[in-house]
Amino acid sequence: MSGQAASTEYGLLAEFQTPEHLYQACEKVRDAGFSHWDAHSPFPIHGLDKAMGLKKSPVSLFVLVLGLSGATIGMLMQWWVATKAYPLVISGKPLFSWPAFIPIAFECGILGGAVGALLGFLSQARLPRPHHALFNASRLERVTDDAFFISIETADPNFDRESTAQLLKDLGATHVEAVAA
Amino acid sequence: MHHEPITVPTASVTLPEGNSWGRLSRISAVVGVVALLATFALYFKDGHTFFPSYLVAFLFWLSIALGGLIFVLIQYATRAGWSVAVRRLAEHVMGTLPVFGLLFLPLLLGIHDLYHWSHHEAVEADRLLEHKSAFLNSFGFSTRSVVYLVIWSLLAWWFRRQSIAQDQSKDPQVTRRLQARSAPAILVFALTVTFASFDWIMSLDPHWYSTVFGVYLFAGCFLAIHAVLALLCLRLQNQKLLAGVVSFEHYHDLGKMLFAMVVFWAYIGFSQYMLIWYANIPEETAFFQERLTHGWKGITVALVLGHFVLPFLFLLLRGVKRRRATLRFAALWLLAVHWLDLYWLVMPPLNHDGPHFSFADVTAFVGIGGLFLAVLATLMQKSALVPIGDPRLTESLSFENV
Repeated sequence: MSGQAASTEYGLLAEFQTPEHLYQACEKVRDAGFSHWDAHSPFPIHGLDKAMGLKKSPVSLFVLVLGLSGATIGMLMQWWVATKAYPLVISGKPLFSWPAFIPIAFECGILGGAVGALLGFLSQARLPRPHHALFNASRLERVTDDAFFISIETADPNFDRESTAQLLKDLGATHVEAVAA
Repeated sequence: MHHEPITVPTASVTLPEGNSWGRLSRISAVVGVVALLATFALYFKDGHTFFPSYLVAFLFWLSIALGGLIFVLIQYATRAGWSVAVRRLAEHVMGTLPVFGLLFLPLLLGIHDLYHWSHHEAVEADRLLEHKSAFLNSFGFSTRSVVYLVIWSLLAWWFRRQSIAQDQSKDPQVTRRLQARSAPAILVFALTVTFASFDWIMSLDPHWYSTVFGVYLFAGCFLAIHAVLALLCLRLQNQKLLAGVVSFEHYHDLGKMLFAMVVFWAYIGFSQYMLIWYANIPEETAFFQERLTHGWKGITVALVLGHFVLPFLFLLLRGVKRRRATLRFAALWLLAVHWLDLYWLVMPPLNHDGPHFSFADVTAFVGIGGLFLAVLATLMQKSALVPIGDPRLTESLSFENV
């Protein structure tokens, strides 16, 4: 927290003209040691995650855990149905005929993995969220059209109202503004 | 996102003068011929083991060359960008296909040793074989085999020649033409590989049939080519070639395709197993009955673990696909289990009581493999290692996994 600004301001929003400018600016912001910041672009920019110094997303872990859980639950469900709840001998095969249960266990694994991907994504993106302080800046609306932005939060330990704004200008920002919290 | 315009480093995309691949070509040719002669000599010692061993070795190396052909066709049909940097290597691999036409000839002499349906007295005593004799007869088998090999060789030759001509002309129309021809070529490939798998492998047990069998063999071919491409790239980059062309992004993708084919192989293999197990029809279950009893059960279990469970868990890790040592290990491992898979397909009808590994298995493998490597290394010296005239090359060079 740096001074009084933190209580009334979310942070700074800087606009860049092209994806190249945004990419290079991200590398510099990353190297300046900021941690509470983000880049905003109308489309995915290859390699921007590296330029921002982002770590590998943990979404794949969600997929693995929920996928394996889904497959296990699918197999257990069929085991319970076929041997406990409704034991029926079908074409002379054992009650627990696991080869026949593999396709459904597999599909349950896919379902679990897909749900895991969705939940992992939502939790990492901190969604759903009906409002965000950055929406106070009307300029940001153009991020879905043709503008590129970097936002740095006042919550960042390195944040300083003047020097951070100067840094963003030096990196080629065409417009820097403070965003109300 | 790159700041500088991408250029193809021309020095590292052709084999330099006096490179080790020329020596490899000569040594492989000599070793291959000696090993093949030794294999033929073993025929006179023990005719029973020669043909099955030769068939397994032939199928193993052929499956790599066929994998190269379908890899190239699919890249054109899908207009793929990522794969252009490694596509020429696959074109060189498929360029070996005509050699397999020659290497097939000894098998024509072995029809009676390999295939029960080729004996007149067996057909006369068996209603089913009599019924199938319109398809399963020596003349039809030989004719079809020649047709498959000629079609594959022509396809490989034509696609490779066009692509190499584009190195000089840089003509994007070549890419358009190859794209247009690739889809019908895939259809021809699918039919010929399916029928070849029926003729050469499935008919070893002439009562048995499985309509998914061609796809099962294709899964092995496609797995093998990705393993070989990874190994070729690793080898060339050890020699400071393909610098700035093949990146970790390409290795990552080859690794992902290996992973996908491990799963696909298991998917097809299990589909085949489950339907046969479920329907429980004697002619069909015989295939698995044979492979789950006597000495074959161990090989079957080894395949499930070694061809699916272990590589699945190993290749699931991102780092494995992006590190040279682990990717090399995975590729070599998968080629080994692919060989075991073919051995498991061919041998049980001929050795009911269990696997008998013989000296001919080794010499046939080395012999055909030696000739394959000799021709591959020769082809690699004759043109660039990368399709330098392909309009999508820069796309491939700047490719990154998201």
